[in-house]
Amino acid sequence: MPFNAKIKVTLRQSILDVQGKAVEHALKNLGYAAVDSARIGKYIEVSINETDRSEAERICNEICQKLLSNPVMENYAFELEHVN
Amino acid sequence: MAPITAGIVVFPGSNCDHDTEYAVASFKGVRPVLLWHNEHDLRGVDLVVLPGGFSYGDYLRAGAIARFSPIMQEVVDFARKGYPVLGICNGFQVLLESGLLEGALSRNRDKKFICSPTNIRVENAATSFTSRCRPQEVLSIPIAHGEGNYFAPPEVIDRLEVNGQIVFRYCDAQGNVTPESNPNGSIGNIAGIINREGNVLGLMPHPERASETLLGSADGRKLFESLFDFLAGRQ
Repeated sequence: MPFNAKIKVTLRQSILDVQGKAVEHALKNLGYAAVDSARIGKYIEVSINETDRSEAERICNEICQKLLSNPVMENYAFELEHVN
Repeated sequence: MAPITAGIVVFPGSNCDHDTEYAVASFKGVRPVLLWHNEHDLRGVDLVVLPGGFSYGDYLRAGAIARFSPIMQEVVDFARKGYPVLGICNGFQVLLESGLLEGALSRNRDKKFICSPTNIRVENAATSFTSRCRPQEVLSIPIAHGEGNYFAPPEVIDRLEVNGQIVFRYCDAQGNVTPESNPNGSIGNIAGIINREGNVLGLMPHPERASETLLGSADGRKLFESLFDFLAGRQ
């Protein structure tokens, strides 16, 4: 039974997110005074053909650290969804 | 004396590989060799240049996928053995992703892709890449990038500083390192760094695009000359 990993990669707070800033300014220009900030990240879906949840989690952590995110400037988080 | 062979890696999406080949071939006694990303053989080259461009379309992050290409495994071994490796622009991004250099490059401060002549100051003229430069010499070398905003945690910056690993900083024409002369928001105006061992250098400006006066500047030649001097001395 495979798992579907929904992975989010975001820039660390200390890194200037220029895309997020541009969107934030655009929203404010549109009159959304309540909008405080916007940040842009990446959303990645990976299907993992593995029956064991903890093994799927291990693979997911590994690929996030190795390729999908750059730990120097990004954080990652994921949800594992069982696919029937 | 046998010619010095300079390996230039060609990734899908590299676009400064032939400019680099042209620049390198203009030096007496130096022979460029193009190395395809899918190869495992460095063909006995004396140095490796990772050229500028958009390897693998810059998908995911600049340099992130190139770092895992077959040739890069050999380049990492080559670098760890002490052979010289020069990363220009996208090549610098690949060196950071591969862990041969510390830090990361993010989107330019002003969101724009910048293609423009820049001045950089030589902070360390005692490396094998800069021996032909005077300390604090100002070089005019163009940049062309969208992600050149150098970042590293404060403790890494301190270490780079103390060890003389910051080799180039963006500056004005007089050599003053100012916020106005920082094109992309890099910490400390950093334009190029070297590893602790002194054999791996990465920089955002393109020395191959400043390799003859007809191009507006020949200052980039000094980097290649330094490197070839060093290699000729070793032969």
